[in-house]
Amino acid sequence: MLLIALALLQTTPVAVAAAEEPIAPYAQSNANAGAKPFESDGMWRAFHGREGVDRIVDGLVERSLVDPRISDTFKGHDMVRLRRVLKEQFCHLLGGGCAYSGRTMKDSHKDMGLQTADMGALVENLQAEMNEEGVPFFAQNRLLAKLAPMKRDVVER
Amino acid sequence: MRIFLIMLAALVASPAAASDWRGDGKLVLTDGITTVEGAAGGGIATWAVIAGNETERGVGATAHASHVALPDFDLEAYGGAVGLFDRVELSYTRQSFDTRGLGAALGLGRGFTFQQDVFGAKVKLFGDAVWDQDRVLPQVSIGVQHKRANRGAVIAAVGGADDQGTDYYVSATKLFLAQSLLVSGTVRLTEANQLGLLGHGGDKGDDHTAQFEGSAAVLLTRKLAVGGEFRTKPDRLSFAQEDDAYDVFAAWSVHRHVTLTAAYADLGDIATVKNQRGLFVQLQAGF
Repeated sequence: MLLIALALLQTTPVAVAAAEEPIAPYAQSNANAGAKPFESDGMWRAFHGREGVDRIVDGLVERSLVDPRISDTFKGHDMVRLRRVLKEQFCHLLGGGCAYSGRTMKDSHKDMGLQTADMGALVENLQAEMNEEGVPFFAQNRLLAKLAPMKRDVVER
Repeated sequence: MRIFLIMLAALVASPAAASDWRGDGKLVLTDGITTVEGAAGGGIATWAVIAGNETERGVGATAHASHVALPDFDLEAYGGAVGLFDRVELSYTRQSFDTRGLGAALGLGRGFTFQQDVFGAKVKLFGDAVWDQDRVLPQVSIGVQHKRANRGAVIAAVGGADDQGTDYYVSATKLFLAQSLLVSGTVRLTEANQLGLLGHGGDKGDDHTAQFEGSAAVLLTRKLAVGGEFRTKPDRLSFAQEDDAYDVFAAWSVHRHVTLTAAYADLGDIATVKNQRGLFVQLQAGF
């Protein structure tokens, strides 16, 4: 059962990679990721590298899509792209050496009307996924400390 | 009592009244527990956080029941707090200090109990203890606590200047998330004797002095924090030296809405009775 789930997780991005919707052009920069990456690869290893981050991001998106507190906020958004840029962002911040090709936190959350409680719910879902992945609690908090200030760009009301 | 009932009503009503408001916007444990004086904080040290689980979009509330079992005394406190839009906190707590068998020895009568009402208000001025992880700036709040004790005759007899008084404080709290560490400090202008249970001011002085309250806590898991606190207190009654207070605590978020805290507290000598160290237990419900 687990193997099937893993197989699905691995094939999903490949199968739908071409399905990203077009988006208005913007200047790409690692600075768009909203925080400076960890300099050593200790955090990247604590998150079990690319495979661990892929599992965490996929789990986070799936958990949030069925979370009644915030599922509506994802409506009409390109989930294929979201998964890809989130994985890039996490990889970049955790010192995994990826370039981040997504938009800034402010641009990507513009006009979504997100509240503090939405971000709180997302953090809780992320914590649940990091727990499932077996990321040590102190390493979880080091990542959350980088993500938390993004609230100022994400929350609009 | 009436205020307490209103608070309870607000506590019960707030989830239902939440049309555009959202429940549970804060992260678990980031609203602290309740001090024995009713403010959000640790067990004995007040923090700058606002009570309840609500964010700037809602009205949260907490209710607590606390018990400190000391060798010769029992201190009970229960009450509630309302957190308005993560900005203003209004609290009420009633404390009972039972002298048990020692009441007779102190000439008060067996089971003589001191009580006081503590009415509190706190306003967050600036900063965010939790989200602003890229800034050293803490969350800073100011507050008042008006305390009215019920044993005016005894308070006057032991040299207390007044059976009611008001504390003023400024509090700074910061979660250092990358270190899983919460640090808080409060400066309190007070003349309270034993939190106010023995009145305010006395034969050794009758004005407010600055006292300090500090807390440090480590988050061990998302639902468990352990830490320590200390608190200095005035010493204004010559009949009995008043000591500073210390505790080490563990706070466990049993459930989204329930926090259980246990602490080992050292309240020093109280009213000539030596070495009052014991177990502090608190159950808090938060919305």
